[in-house]
Amino acid sequence: MIDTHMMTQAVQAVGAIGLLGTGLGVVLGVAARYLSAPVDDRAEAVVALLPGSNCAQCGFAGCKQAAVAMVEGRAAPNCCPPGGASTALRVAEMLGVRLADDSVAELPTVAWVDEERCIGCTRCIRKCASDAIVGAIKQMHTVLPEACYSCGLCEIECPTKAIVMKPVMPTLATWHWPKPATPHRVAAN
Amino acid sequence: MWSFRNRGGVKLQYHKELSSERAVVNMPLPRRLYLPLQQHIGAPAIPVVNVGDNVLKGQLIAKAAPGLSAPVHASSSGTVVAIEDHVAPHPSGLQQKTIVIETDGRECWVELPSPITDDFPLAVTPRELNSRVAAAGIVGMGGAAFPSAVKLDLKSRYQLDTLLINGAECEPYLTCDDRLMREEAAAVIDGVRILAYALEVQAVIFAIERNKPKALAAIREAARQEPWIQVMALPTRFPMGSERHLVLACTGRETPARKLTADMGVVVHNVATARAVARTVRSGEPLISRVVTVSGRGVREPANVNVPLGTLVEDLLAFCGGVHPVPYKLIGGGPMMGAPLPSVRVPVVKGTSGVLALTADEINDGAESPCIRCGKCVTACPCGLVPVEMAQLVRRGDLQGAQAIGLQDCVSCGSCSFICPSHIPLAHYFNFAKGQSGALDRDARRQDRIRALIQARNERAAREAEIKKAAAAARKAAKAAAAAAASVTAEASASAAEASTRQLEETT
Repeated sequence: MIDTHMMTQAVQAVGAIGLLGTGLGVVLGVAARYLSAPVDDRAEAVVALLPGSNCAQCGFAGCKQAAVAMVEGRAAPNCCPPGGASTALRVAEMLGVRLADDSVAELPTVAWVDEERCIGCTRCIRKCASDAIVGAIKQMHTVLPEACYSCGLCEIECPTKAIVMKPVMPTLATWHWPKPATPHRVAAN
Repeated sequence: MWSFRNRGGVKLQYHKELSSERAVVNMPLPRRLYLPLQQHIGAPAIPVVNVGDNVLKGQLIAKAAPGLSAPVHASSSGTVVAIEDHVAPHPSGLQQKTIVIETDGRECWVELPSPITDDFPLAVTPRELNSRVAAAGIVGMGGAAFPSAVKLDLKSRYQLDTLLINGAECEPYLTCDDRLMREEAAAVIDGVRILAYALEVQAVIFAIERNKPKALAAIREAARQEPWIQVMALPTRFPMGSERHLVLACTGRETPARKLTADMGVVVHNVATARAVARTVRSGEPLISRVVTVSGRGVREPANVNVPLGTLVEDLLAFCGGVHPVPYKLIGGGPMMGAPLPSVRVPVVKGTSGVLALTADEINDGAESPCIRCGKCVTACPCGLVPVEMAQLVRRGDLQGAQAIGLQDCVSCGSCSFICPSHIPLAHYFNFAKGQSGALDRDARRQDRIRALIQARNERAAREAEIKKAAAAARKAAKAAAAAAASVTAEASASAAEASTRQLEETT
């Protein structure tokens, strides 16, 4: 008798714990699916801001890997040289981080073909991700500066060193006043 | 008026007496004229002459580019000796394409479009008038150099009711508009009537600061027959001549941020622009000369000079007796909003209202010291901004923060820099920040374009790979089919051979 009673109690206890476990398990499972914090969507958004040519100048395999690194804080928002200042600012804004001042002050560059040296091999054209080089086999190649985003892959690829990255000089339309020099006393504050 | 409606502004020492009593004199023709292709806001003009061509006075030498632009005409007859890069009248000291004419001194005019001499209402339509102003290359002569014909065309997009003529000349030293109003009042009023006719507006306000009583009297006299032109005497306060502040002072209408005065129904034209329009309409001459004030204590004989466009500042200063052998700073335009000229070898262009050689004691150029939080810049700002905070944000590199508190509403009048007891170059910070954010915007648009190019290329590569794959598959299928067909024929021939052998066997 006593045994039966104890058995009933044991079964009840096991059942209750089991039910509790199952219930909580279901709740956790549902929560994991529907309430989970999205892990990767910022990386997706950062990828959308980057040029997307996987030129690897940032030191990562491609734009996606660089984006993940930027989200995780392993890379700076301005680690993309071809993206330039505006891309760095956009990424920093998306990630809510501050760019160090004057971190993106370098002059932009653009590829330029030395016509004395170009042999018309089309190797640069095949490398160029933004279709900025025009030309054909054994024909002179030339760069469309508006489409070049200075990834520098063509410069590396060129077998005759005919491609040089040249700085883009300011014109009357693009020049603006430089930042006033900060006097030392103010800087010391 | 200013005290009730307009906030801020500063009281200045004007030094206009240096040149205000000097009548406009004509500059003798220089040996060479340097006419830059861009003397206006918009795209540079496109040359229509070649090196070696002989040109006549008033001849079109560069046509307006498509879109916002203005043509350039030869200021005198002579030979085009070069179309080359020449230093521009711009603080950067950069060069720009310039047509160089060696003058022959004969001043032979090109055949001009027939003058319109009839009285109002004019025989031509406002539209024809507009195209004449465009063809004459007239731009805003107060300094901004915005193509005037585009401004006259605003009536097609905005509900305009008032033409405001800007005779404020609120910059110190400058007296070219003052002299023009005093000496050529009738022509100025004629130009105002033509502008009003072209704009099809009924109300005209002619605004002049009170520190020019003689100009006020002359314009009042010339406009006596035209009661619909309201001549308004304004208090002397900088920056009264700023477009939106002038509109507020004269009409009580405040132009919202990032809107034009045209949104408020008002178009503002400068006095000298009105004069240029009158000349173009009444005689057919394009814009080839302008009145320039040469002043400052560094100049021996300050003067108001009618200068052929393209004259070098060097020649102009020499005509005014040269400069004193003291250190001085050369400025194009007024001392508040003008910009330093990089060299005396820059030409006078359509927007050059003044050439100033300021000596050291005329320049408030002390060493910068820390901000003492006096708040004077806040009181002085005519746009209701807080320059001290904006400058601090810009210094820290926070352009977005500066934009959030109104960087784009700053008109760069320089009142804050002028009033600052610590000599902090506030306006310089804002000029830098506005330029930098413009550059970043341009760069962002470029990145967007390039991202689209890269995506297009990637898609094309994927498509090509697909096609290649399909082609390869098709080739493989064709090969397989051919092989199958071959095996079928082989089988058939084999069976035929077998049959024949069997037949042969049967027969034997």
